[in-house]
Amino acid sequence: MGTAIAFYILAALILTGGVLVITAKSAVHSVVWLVGTIIAIAALYVVQHAEFLAVIQVLVYAGGIVVLYLFVVMLVNLKRPAEAIVHPQRRERTGLLLGGALLAQFAAVAFYAFNSPQVGTAATYSARGNVEAVARALYVEYLVPFEVASVLLLVAMVGAIVLARRDA
Amino acid sequence: MIDMVVIPVFKMLVVITAVLSAVAYMVLLERKVQAWVQVRLGPMRVGPHGVLQPIADVLKLITKEDVRPASADRFLFTLAPILVVVPALIVFAVVPFGTSTTMFGKEISLYITDLDIGLLYIVSVASIGLYGLILGGWASNSKYPLLSSLRASAQIVSYEVAVTMTLVSLIVTAGSLSLVEIVKAQEAHGVWYVFIQPVAFVIFVIGALAETNRAPFDLPEAEQELVGGFHTEYSGMRFALFFLAEYTNMIVVSAVGVTMFLGGWLAPFSSVSWLAWLGLVPGWVWFSLKTFLLLSLFLWIRATLPRYRYDQLMRLGWKVLIPLALVNLAVSAVLKVLL
Amino acid sequence: MTITPGHWLALSAALFTIGLIGVLVRRNLIIIFMAIELMLNAGNIALVTFSNLHQQVSGQVFALFVIAVAAAEAAVGLGIVLALYRNKETVNIDEITVMRW
Repeated sequence: MGTAIAFYILAALILTGGVLVITAKSAVHSVVWLVGTIIAIAALYVVQHAEFLAVIQVLVYAGGIVVLYLFVVMLVNLKRPAEAIVHPQRRERTGLLLGGALLAQFAAVAFYAFNSPQVGTAATYSARGNVEAVARALYVEYLVPFEVASVLLLVAMVGAIVLARRDA
Repeated sequence: MIDMVVIPVFKMLVVITAVLSAVAYMVLLERKVQAWVQVRLGPMRVGPHGVLQPIADVLKLITKEDVRPASADRFLFTLAPILVVVPALIVFAVVPFGTSTTMFGKEISLYITDLDIGLLYIVSVASIGLYGLILGGWASNSKYPLLSSLRASAQIVSYEVAVTMTLVSLIVTAGSLSLVEIVKAQEAHGVWYVFIQPVAFVIFVIGALAETNRAPFDLPEAEQELVGGFHTEYSGMRFALFFLAEYTNMIVVSAVGVTMFLGGWLAPFSSVSWLAWLGLVPGWVWFSLKTFLLLSLFLWIRATLPRYRYDQLMRLGWKVLIPLALVNLAVSAVLKVLL
Repeated sequence: MTITPGHWLALSAALFTIGLIGVLVRRNLIIIFMAIELMLNAGNIALVTFSNLHQQVSGQVFALFVIAVAAAEAAVGLGIVLALYRNKETVNIDEITVMRW
């Protein structure tokens, strides 16, 4: 019961936030709604017993990545509206249609998925808590992907510096 | 019902009241300390030696006109002060003020909750407070607040890395992310972590000064260059919220520092037999006393040191503190494995 | 009122669709990037749901990797946005239709 209430409230928040992200006129408002959506998703992870992921979501996503977006939005100081010019070959209706088609497809899949077994509640998967379970998986089972991810981040860092340099 | 709702709500009320009144008197204390350092008297008019000054300040702020610039972004201008205050206050949910006490025949723990991931919770919630500063500066639609908020965000993001790194090396030493467990680990070790991790403590204090935008790193509020900082356009209660958040954040970092490095609620000199009577004093008294001492250090530093230049601040953060914190982390991990 | 994995997946699908529509309809490059973040988050919700369904922590670990990839994507993508803004004074993708300038 408690899970259901939490789920419906958070789902409403997430979907409203998502819609506001893509409909907001100003990019700064978009960023603010994105932060709200991300925090609501973090709360959703807590409902799903993924506490560590929830905290990382807030720390890395809301506290790191989205701050970067906000920085860029503020640095990109346009003299005219960002979306003033529309390319003559742009088909916005097709975009909406494609989105609708995708949603219909998802709905069909979800219709079957609704009959699948219920999510278990003892979801820490280990007597010693979620953090330790995640740590064991991350550093033992998935050590190589973890190292690859760190290399990816390093490459992205170098790439960002090269791209953002003024005299490049 | 009583255990699930009444007691937690009561605890939250007590903590919020205590923090808010502590903030009010921090402001007075800061003015007094500044005045004493400069051989002045400070506020003297309201009450004996100005002890009622905070009440007068609050009344003044409440009754002031609430001005909103015509060109400001109305929604974000209102949202920003709220976004600064809320994260600062909810951090206290995991700060342990003591072990437990018996009240009305019930055992009550002196913390609102003890999360497995308490430390990560604090770091992540603190990172949200940044949005208030950036948005407040941007929404004012005025150049000094914008410059100030860009400074503040760059500064906080930079120093967050070093501070988080020191906290990680402490987690390695203590072997837990729960603040209660960390204090208990210090009790078991028989020594406060400031003596095991002195480098981490120094980095933490410097980083804490920078993250709370305090002197000598108060560049976002440098009056001589930026008028007043990101809250230049704010007045009345909205300004008061920024002010409240700044001082609450000081109390937060001091409380976290005390918990992590100075043994939280533990009494000092527990191994010295003729000072064992110090353990009779309740834990929350020790906690408050240590937090007060750390806060006084903040005030002392403000009254003593001149402000850093922006490039010096960034050089200190990226070229000194972060490498040092990384080395400290590596050394503590190696020592943890070897010992 | 029981919440089945289907509910979680439906939420994930709806959020993914919102992100997709954002990418297809908006012309502001920065907002398109944010819509991509929404889609990545929708993927994460699905991963965590499957992690719960199978009582295995692997799904959460993959969600962590997705966050790392999102960080890399944001850094490089926003670097491109800045470079573009410096050269062409625009972030509108309808104005960026040639491969060279």
